[in-house]
Amino acid sequence: MKRTQFMLTRVLQGLVAILLIATVNFMLVRAAPGDPVSVLAGEAGASDPQFVAQLRAQFGLDQPLSTQLATYVGKVVQLDLGYSYRQQQPVLKLIMDRLPATLLLTGTAFALSLLFGITLGALSARRAGTWVDSGITVVALLFYATPLYWLALMAVLVFTVQLEWLPGFGLMTVGSGATGFALVLDVARHLVLPALTLALFYMAVYARMTRAAMLEVAQMDFVKTARAKGVRPGRILRAHVLRNALLPVVTLAGIQAGGMIGGAVLTETVFAWPGIGRLMFDALLQRDYSLLLGAFLVTAAMAVLFNLITDLVYTLVDPRIELT
Amino acid sequence: MMNSPFWRRFRRNKGAVAGMAVLLIVAAVALLGPWLATNDPWAMVEQPFVRPWAEPGFLLGTDTLGRDILSGLVYGARVSLLIGVVSTLVALLIGVTLGAVAGYFGGWIDAALMRFTELFQAVPSFALAIVLVAIFEPSIKSIVVAIAIVSWPPVARLVRSEFLTLRQRDFVQAALLAGQSTPRIILTQILPNAMSPIIVMASLMVATAILLESSLSFLGLGDPNQMSWGYMVGAARTVLRQAWWMALFPGLAIVLTVLALNLVGEGLSDGLNTRLDGRGK
Repeated sequence: MKRTQFMLTRVLQGLVAILLIATVNFMLVRAAPGDPVSVLAGEAGASDPQFVAQLRAQFGLDQPLSTQLATYVGKVVQLDLGYSYRQQQPVLKLIMDRLPATLLLTGTAFALSLLFGITLGALSARRAGTWVDSGITVVALLFYATPLYWLALMAVLVFTVQLEWLPGFGLMTVGSGATGFALVLDVARHLVLPALTLALFYMAVYARMTRAAMLEVAQMDFVKTARAKGVRPGRILRAHVLRNALLPVVTLAGIQAGGMIGGAVLTETVFAWPGIGRLMFDALLQRDYSLLLGAFLVTAAMAVLFNLITDLVYTLVDPRIELT
Repeated sequence: MMNSPFWRRFRRNKGAVAGMAVLLIVAAVALLGPWLATNDPWAMVEQPFVRPWAEPGFLLGTDTLGRDILSGLVYGARVSLLIGVVSTLVALLIGVTLGAVAGYFGGWIDAALMRFTELFQAVPSFALAIVLVAIFEPSIKSIVVAIAIVSWPPVARLVRSEFLTLRQRDFVQAALLAGQSTPRIILTQILPNAMSPIIVMASLMVATAILLESSLSFLGLGDPNQMSWGYMVGAARTVLRQAWWMALFPGLAIVLTVLALNLVGEGLSDGLNTRLDGRGK
């Protein structure tokens, strides 16, 4: 009962957040230099008087500002994110077409980064002070300092151009006509480099976090008790230390998952991965701002959703969490 | 001065000393730019696609338009450091102000400001930075503002929590009894005591800001009048097969600088942590 109430409050808060982000979007368009309609229409659309007139009517630009805001937010609520003049399609349709590719990429990268990050962090904490620990720390520091897009380019240079091991362009081989298992394999091969390069930065974050949390938990009384009553060291580490150290890592991961979709703009740009990130990059190049703002809103909504899921997982994993 | 307890603790961290050395070199390059770089970074001074070490005077080769890459790196150091430092200062100004007000006054002011902060944290920061810079046209100013807007929330949270605890301490009560004004207590009593974690966070923020700026430039959202490392890597993207060096060197410059800043941040954290004294590492 209490949990349902807690989740309802969180869902409500998430919805409010999305509406506020829509308001920010609206204010950005108003604050931009120049006529808001030409901003929304983009460079190509602004020269078409019919499209501009239609946009003016749609946003009620002769109305007072508050009415305009209400109109805009009302449209967002009805999932109307506007029309891309460049692509001659509704913004929402463009985004929905690209959503699966982005979810596949960020989902894989998310799982990989957690798996590698927690494993390396746990290894590092277990061997604290040895060369294994130092080695992992150096690797984590390096990946933490490396720009995503540069790592991606270097990966293409080595594994695609030099070694010719893996494809570095697109979601699947164009015109291969593969179906069934062959198609899955083809997509998986295309996924390796983008997912790995996106995962490595976050892996570094989780590895450092896991190490710190595990060393902290290892000092706690219940661990001393377990040790004193003769529980095997391996079991203490897995069942007592790691399990408790994972909570802060899960929280952070939930927050980072939203950020990962933002970071995917860079990865998708390098690998020509047909997701929302690449769509945002194309919108930037073509100065198609209604598409850019729409993609931003969907990205933000997904981040809010991931935070909600984390909250839910969190309360299920750790019953001590106070439900407020 | 070099023997003060702070430096003694800082020096014990070997990585921090190495990071400091790299950082001083990058800063010197940025300051001495025009005297170090023999060529205008935008000028076509040679054939395009000259390989590194192939021609005297062009140590790191030239790009698609025959521009000298080494000169680009030298000028890029200026933009990276400038934007990194200035945007961090702006973010500190916003974050410290909001965090101090929230932590000092508490109550509904605190609740309202924290909701506001959480809202900003819920938005994917890189996507927000892209939208801000794109809408307000890329320039040093819009980039600095965009990075500051996405970087202040952690500062506000940190300062708030510091203020919440320091607010209860005796010296604040004493200052209150002595009749000091609220701004004076905040600025001269509490803030100086909260400086250590703020300084450590700031050094890490400069690193993040440099990464953000380079990512924006990579996407073509850099200031069109300034040569920057991210822009150079971005220009290399489409000619990766012909000219690996165009992408390699600017990227290495970013990694080195950001790594150095992170290491210095850890050193500062050791140096400002008085509890580390008298304990061997």
